[in-house]
Amino acid sequence: MRIPCPVCGERDRREFYYVGDAKIVKRPSPDASEDIWNDYLHNRENPAGVTRDLWYHESGCNSWLVVTRNTVTHEVETAELAIDLKGELS
Amino acid sequence: MRFSGLKILKEGLTGNKGWTEHWRNPEPKKEYDILIIGGGGHGLSTAYYLAKNHGIKNIAVLEKGYLGGGNVGRNTTIVRANYFLPGNSEFYSHSLKLWEGLEQDLNYNVMHSKRGLINLFHSDGQRDAFARRGNAMINQGDDAILLDKDGVRDLLPYLDFEQTRFPIYGGLYHPRGGSARHDAVAWGYARGADTRGVDLIQNCEVTGIDIKQGRVTGVQTTRGAINAKKVGIVVAGRSGQLAAMAGMNLPIESHILQAFVTEGLKPCIDHVVSFGMGHFYISQSDKGGLVFGGDLDFYTSYAQRGNLPMKEHVMEAGMTLMPMIGKARVLRSWGGIMDMTPDGSPIIDKTSIDGLYIDCGWCYGGFKAVPASGYCFAHLMATDRHHEVASGFRLSRFKTGYGLIDEEGTGSQHNLH
Repeated sequence: MRIPCPVCGERDRREFYYVGDAKIVKRPSPDASEDIWNDYLHNRENPAGVTRDLWYHESGCNSWLVVTRNTVTHEVETAELAIDLKGELS
Repeated sequence: MRFSGLKILKEGLTGNKGWTEHWRNPEPKKEYDILIIGGGGHGLSTAYYLAKNHGIKNIAVLEKGYLGGGNVGRNTTIVRANYFLPGNSEFYSHSLKLWEGLEQDLNYNVMHSKRGLINLFHSDGQRDAFARRGNAMINQGDDAILLDKDGVRDLLPYLDFEQTRFPIYGGLYHPRGGSARHDAVAWGYARGADTRGVDLIQNCEVTGIDIKQGRVTGVQTTRGAINAKKVGIVVAGRSGQLAAMAGMNLPIESHILQAFVTEGLKPCIDHVVSFGMGHFYISQSDKGGLVFGGDLDFYTSYAQRGNLPMKEHVMEAGMTLMPMIGKARVLRSWGGIMDMTPDGSPIIDKTSIDGLYIDCGWCYGGFKAVPASGYCFAHLMATDRHHEVASGFRLSRFKTGYGLIDEEGTGSQHNLH
């Protein structure tokens, strides 16, 4: 599996650290309810198919990336800088 | 049909014409008391114990493919009870006891082999941790022997003890640990359940869960609607999809875990050996193949196959530990879909929907749990009370933070186990 980092170009998966579902970019407010925090921290849609998840390019440019890929075929569609997407990931 | 030595002798002398199919292939009925979704190890053992321990007759197991075609048919077959934390310790101890009586109970040869499991350690600190774990195992009533380097050398002379990266200081020996024939476990439970009247329905994929006023009423399947009073979801890596049908998100991520088998070799590895520092574990099957595996690939996947970096890592770990296997040729590699929870421990619980129960989150340790998981899930579904050895496996522990069972001590968050 190779990930097309928008800064460094296409790189081996081993350069990246996997964090999880991209929804974790959008942290709830500190006074949100326990249910909202529980959903944020633990519960996952866990799709079989296209998913968006957060990766860290630890052996490259140190960018946080949102990668759109398919969990059934391992195809990687896009990788975008998480900072650019923070507004739309909710 | 009952299996026995006498029966084999008789059939051998009469042309093997008296063997019959191990289970029926029934059409689904319109209604059951209990439906189990998932015909893997855990689902089949749940159905078996519902029928055997609780006398429930009207049960069906719904399997989208064939019986035992998922993780129970694609694991590294390790059976052990070497857990440390309360909540896990009594559960796996119970499971090992069930393993020890399983062949007589099922009248089926599951090839359970108590060949002993050795977990290696590589530093003084790790020795202390393993001594403590061994004491916890002994307190639980199981067996554990702390071996020094010479003790390990007596059992496993072929290891590279002087490797510079992780020199071997000793090992924690668990003599009652071992392995079993994975397929036979599924088949034995299937046959036992079928004999007690359970309908095992294959090629029947659940496409919807019917819920009326907060109570489950049945399921939609590719073979029609089936009504039921109670439904149990036991689908391991596919838990997320089934939960979505009931409008739930679970604290589960599905990850890939790879395993490997070599060509058949003469007997050379007599135990199950676990090399935690390299995330590598190995045993030899009765057919002679070396069966070994590593750690997760560490990204969510349903592909049932992994990527090359983890293959390379596993091979390196194997060569570090036991260079003698270097010329063995790998025949196959494959992957299973692991239902990973944040704290690395399973869930056997009711859901927020009346009559809907879930057994999932076995992470990469589900095989050894097959007997006790079914035993305890059957108890929960039949009596609506948690079995005492599985009372810690609550869904609510993640929300409240109370009762987390973090065996590895790495935290309760996805991607840490």
